[in-house]
Amino acid sequence: MTETVLTGTVLTDTVLEVSGLHRSFGAVQAVHDVSFSLARGGSLGIVGESGSGKTTTARIVVGLEHADTGEVRLLGRDRSGPVGRGRRPRLERAREVQMVFQDPFLSLDPRTSVHGVLRETLRLHFPERRADHERRIAELLEQVGLGAREAGALPRQLSGGQRQRVAIARALAVEPAVLVLDEAVAALDVSVQAQILNLLADIRTETGIGYLFITHDLGVVRCVTEDVVVMRHGRIVEAGPTAQVLDDPQHPYTRLLLDSVPRPGWDPKGIAAARRALL
Amino acid sequence: MTDTPAGTPAADAATPETPNPETPTLEIQGLRLNLPGAARPVLAGVDLTVAARETVALVGESGSGKSLTSRSVLRLLPPGAATEGAVRVQGEDVLTMNAKQLRRLRTHTAAMIFQDPRAAINPLRRIGDFLTESLRLNADLPAAEATERAVRMLDAVGLGDRVLGQYPGQLSGGMLQRVVIAAALMGDPALILADEPTTALDVTTQAEVVGLLGDLRDQFGTALLFVTHDLGLAAAISDRVYVMYAGRIAETGPAEALFQRPRHPYTAALLRSTPHLDAPAGRLAAIEGRPPSLREELTGCPFAARCAFATQQCREELPPHLPVRGESSRLVACHHSEKLADQLAGSVTHD
Repeated sequence: MTETVLTGTVLTDTVLEVSGLHRSFGAVQAVHDVSFSLARGGSLGIVGESGSGKTTTARIVVGLEHADTGEVRLLGRDRSGPVGRGRRPRLERAREVQMVFQDPFLSLDPRTSVHGVLRETLRLHFPERRADHERRIAELLEQVGLGAREAGALPRQLSGGQRQRVAIARALAVEPAVLVLDEAVAALDVSVQAQILNLLADIRTETGIGYLFITHDLGVVRCVTEDVVVMRHGRIVEAGPTAQVLDDPQHPYTRLLLDSVPRPGWDPKGIAAARRALL
Repeated sequence: MTDTPAGTPAADAATPETPNPETPTLEIQGLRLNLPGAARPVLAGVDLTVAARETVALVGESGSGKSLTSRSVLRLLPPGAATEGAVRVQGEDVLTMNAKQLRRLRTHTAAMIFQDPRAAINPLRRIGDFLTESLRLNADLPAAEATERAVRMLDAVGLGDRVLGQYPGQLSGGMLQRVVIAAALMGDPALILADEPTTALDVTTQAEVVGLLGDLRDQFGTALLFVTHDLGLAAAISDRVYVMYAGRIAETGPAEALFQRPRHPYTAALLRSTPHLDAPAGRLAAIEGRPPSLREELTGCPFAARCAFATQQCREELPPHLPVRGESSRLVACHHSEKLADQLAGSVTHD
């Protein structure tokens, strides 16, 4: 990512702006009036439990799901409307925001090598720069800490952490302005998770890319985000700078989430009672 | 679990309810397990005990052998596995049991709760069938009595008998995990093996399930072996902890002491690499490299290649499990544990 990510775009301090998102599935309101913004090169956490609407929100931002009403603006351009017909508008939209999923094993083709994955992505998005692809692949591999041996490997020959590095490299290959990470470190072992979190921090410093970090883990939120949005039942219940929200939570649900993190002296029964009181 | 003070195993075993205070509910001695195609034993001499009413956490990363250790208690071993050592449940060695004894063990003495309740239940059969199946088949219990017990167990986990007629798809993940716990209780087991039972659950649901397991221990006196990768959870719920790395126990001791003053560099490094709620934002102290694969033969300490304190001795000699001076019931397998004590303890305190 040494090339500039934001060529030919309006300079603003906000890279991603989401306002008034609604999305229903039948009678279920999955996302209800959700608004937030992500600063250029910033990192925003969306925290919530299953059914909170955090993943649906992420999928709307990426374009895998559409909103019933509301707007997603990237660098000032609306991307929530229907995509234009054909390949080009789709590719252009894909280049703005990329996503890394929880389980890289399910998002990588089992028969394509790491090198092949990256080459395919570059050919699809930058066919005109073909002469430059090998150099770019080497650069991406180095950026995510993979060597020549891993480049020739198939996904099943790699460990979970290495596969997640491949998924990150593939996302970075198209030089997106925003990376959406949906529980991207949740399936990793503690020691590997720390490596990937550090890697993501380094990449953000180097490239100025923005992160939308979807997670249920408040420790991870503390570690890698500057701002946080707490979601419950499709709505935002609390939002603000991460340190402030975690140190001085205002909403009872945020307090419940914080109390639920296991630690010595933990009171599971008190948490269960508080949870039922909130229902 | 947290409402009773973390007693020493000896004190727990001495409670009057325990029929035979001498015999731990679970006693694993020198368990070695070899798999075809692996260059080293998957389990390389594991010693572990769980006393009646005790909650013991077995902590490790994937590939450490923690799940295999817990599965060996029910002799649920991968094909081709060759074992040495002993796994005794209430004094009887599981590894030498015949089919009939084994069936009795699995029905009545020890029960397992798996990580993903959806994978543990047949989606096409009603919850009632799932709960009573084992007792009807293995204990020849009439259906009416089995159902009666199922209703009582569902009540113990906070579910109504309406669930009996429902299908797994109609229940949430949290409810389904309670059903699996109720199923584990059906045979009135002396020992519950819980393999990452809350990993697939939301944090608030996790609290509820853990609270429930604590209640059940108080109510039924069940011993619990809790397998987890979550150090915070292990610290919160267990009396004692075993930390596993590459098929060996790296360190064991009372939960509080072990997490406050880790004596093995691996335990200390794990604690430091965990994103903490009250830690400052920024880079984590990651452990470089990754655990040794099964294709690598190991000489010396298995953690040496990733250890910041490793010396020539570490690379050549396997460290024995030595008692920690001044602390009873603590063992650590590190050549330099004594020397590193202050450094390791200092590294885990934030602020």
